[in-house]
Amino acid sequence: MSGHLLEVTDLAIRFGTTGGGVQAVDGISFHLDRGETLAILGESGSGKSVSASAIMAILDCPPGRIARGSILFEGRDLLSLPESERRRLNGERIAMIFQDTLAHLNPVYSVGWQIAETLQAHKGLSAREARAEAVRLMESVGIPEPASRANDYPHQFSGGQRQRLMIAMAMALKPALLVADEPTTALDVTVQAQILDLLREARDSTAMGMLLITHDLGVVADIADRVAVMYQGRIVETGPVREVLGNPQHSYTQRLLSAVPGREPPPARPPVADLPVFEARELTKHFPITGGLFRRPTGEAVRAVDGVSLTLRRGETLGIVGESGSGKSTLARMLLRLEEPTSGAILFEGKDVSSLAGPELLSFRRRVQVVFQDPFASLDPRMRVAEIIAEPWTIHRDVLPRARWNARIAELLSLVGLRPEHAARYPHQFSGGQRQRIAIARALALEPEIVICDEAVSALDVSIQAQILALLDQLQRAMGLAYLFIAHDLPVVRQIADRVAVMQRGRIVEQGPCEEVFERPQHPYTRALLAASPVPDPDAQAERRKARRELAGV
Amino acid sequence: MASASLPGAAGGLGARRWLAMLARDPLACLAALFLLLLVLAALLGPALIPESAGRMNLRLRNAPPFELANGWLYILGADTLGRSMLARLIEASRSTLMVASSAVALSFLIGGTLGVLAGYARGWGATLILRMADVLMSFPSLLLAVVVLYTFSPSIKNIVLVLAITRLPVYIRTARAEILELRERMFVSAARVMGAGPIRTALRHVVPFVLPTLLTLAAVDFAYVMLAESALSFLGIGIQPPDVTWGLMVAQGRGYLASAWWLAFFPGLFIMLTTLSLNLLASWLRVAADPQQRWRLEPGGKAGDAP
Repeated sequence: MSGHLLEVTDLAIRFGTTGGGVQAVDGISFHLDRGETLAILGESGSGKSVSASAIMAILDCPPGRIARGSILFEGRDLLSLPESERRRLNGERIAMIFQDTLAHLNPVYSVGWQIAETLQAHKGLSAREARAEAVRLMESVGIPEPASRANDYPHQFSGGQRQRLMIAMAMALKPALLVADEPTTALDVTVQAQILDLLREARDSTAMGMLLITHDLGVVADIADRVAVMYQGRIVETGPVREVLGNPQHSYTQRLLSAVPGREPPPARPPVADLPVFEARELTKHFPITGGLFRRPTGEAVRAVDGVSLTLRRGETLGIVGESGSGKSTLARMLLRLEEPTSGAILFEGKDVSSLAGPELLSFRRRVQVVFQDPFASLDPRMRVAEIIAEPWTIHRDVLPRARWNARIAELLSLVGLRPEHAARYPHQFSGGQRQRIAIARALALEPEIVICDEAVSALDVSIQAQILALLDQLQRAMGLAYLFIAHDLPVVRQIADRVAVMQRGRIVEQGPCEEVFERPQHPYTRALLAASPVPDPDAQAERRKARRELAGV
Repeated sequence: MASASLPGAAGGLGARRWLAMLARDPLACLAALFLLLLVLAALLGPALIPESAGRMNLRLRNAPPFELANGWLYILGADTLGRSMLARLIEASRSTLMVASSAVALSFLIGGTLGVLAGYARGWGATLILRMADVLMSFPSLLLAVVVLYTFSPSIKNIVLVLAITRLPVYIRTARAEILELRERMFVSAARVMGAGPIRTALRHVVPFVLPTLLTLAAVDFAYVMLAESALSFLGIGIQPPDVTWGLMVAQGRGYLASAWWLAFFPGLFIMLTTLSLNLLASWLRVAADPQQRWRLEPGGKAGDAP
């Protein structure tokens, strides 16, 4: 018998029962020791989450089916254990945390009750003892005022706090193995850094093994001891983090690493003439808070955007960086005239956008386009790709005669790297990256001068992200487009932007040429952001962690 | 994905493709056949068997069904006056279907439109529509119908109008609720950025999502309207004899349930089968009209396959 905490041997999982099934996991083997962190790294569809589900016995069977292999946990084969035994192990010896915390916490019970319930069910504590233990656990994961906050409900906590609560719940029974499925993917970089610290502490203090499922090379570099790279259901490369990330052997790992933005110095940018096209002056957007029986305004307001001024020049890329809630999407919606500003002005070629009407507004709509973050939501699911791309022409009838539509659709599809025959398909028949290309093709259909990209690549895998960024860059050079590029991911912005503006709580705290801001950040928030953004190099990442601690004054 | 076989890029679906998808769902296929037969009977029946619905044969009073001795017209038995049940069912199908379908169509169109407006417009217009719906909803619909029909003459036109008005709130509220959610969808914002006006976004991007829900609702409502009409007829302020509807036949046969069950059973059966068929067809349409679900109705598509 081996001494490993967890040993997976030749695990294969198939999906689909009739005809052509999909081999989601194709004979993977790995092991994990106590006190060690193994990261399973892979892009979407690589089979990494399915493997984790199999270990936790939460794989949906059918359609999923474990074709062969064994999962040994503390020497016992999980796959041959009876159901009741498995259930007892889950939670007590094996715990799991997820990406989507709101979906995995019960919205109708207070969080204190939910943590206490686990303790009562598994440890047989009395209600009073369980409650006290729950408060202690909440304190240990850094929830302020745990005694009173234990009565609050999941939606009253921020995303980062909810992940802390999930960790508290997972750690309640001091499990031997923690499976963390993309635990920080939905979080801002500064919060992500804190959660990773918390996980590291929890692992070191209880000597549990941690299986981390992630797509983020930076996270791997930060916390993992060893890494297994998954690609198309197989583990293509495995080894200590330093070796795999520093000297990748498999071509897929090499490709993945070279796709990470910011690894190489950004390409030289073409010079930009000083011709402002878009200008925002002292822009504010306040959402009034209403209260009471008749929803009267209370006089207070959420200051989503609070006095923002910026200029976008012809052919330039202006990056806007900020964490969630910093007001960058509200800013984009105002610039697009989807939202009326509370005060301030937006000038498009010197004209006030809010005063545009009729043909002038239509011309504005034609020249300013948008690519949204979520390619699953921004395309009408009932329309074919051809109809989606042609829709701008049905609105602006003078752009292109109908006879040339089909030829132009084919042209646009090739331009964004799709095939002309894709025109007859529906959006759901494409992957996320392909859909984003369709959204870009639609934005380009009107030959705009400005494209506002609102987190346009955030939802994509790094290799797809690199392709889309290259595409945007190439289109800019060919057509002289100006981009307003909104993102929370600093290396991405660094790669594509000429100038960058950093937003925090509705204000721009720092603005300047890209190199300037990244190399010599002035504002403490910019420095904190830069320090929290992980890099795929374990040594550099350890350095950054130290720098971040010093910055925070620990 | 087998999308290479899709016809031309721009057009909709051909009639042949719809038929093929209908054939893939046997229950919906049966439902469609039944409804087709019913409509044909309602249209052509009275011409094929003239007078037989009204002809009395007192020797055959309450004749039991499934006996061919009295001729095929009496296969479903005869009523208390010795009239052929089959002929009367066919005769009644005409007025029943006409009243129910016009009432449902009216409330569907008016209610759906008002609901879309209430969801799209903000301000006093939307409030007015919603309060109107609230008033209609809080008023017992049958009581309203009784008051109106008692005041005005109980003609078919009035019955249709009254039934349509009492069912308005359901469509208004459903359509509005869906639209409030849909109008915030990202692809609606994307259309606005392209320059699409409110009418275009509503017709192109919002209404197609609401329509299947409203159609399903209309199918369920069809049964409600048929029964409400029979209640009114039973009270003597609905359809007036010698006109006849299924609901009226159920109401009249109610007193004979112990001695001649077929008087109420067959019209009731037809009401049920019609409603069931409409429901089956509506749920088929829901799948067939959704590009993400449609594969289930296409060759090679089986439940359990990942799209």
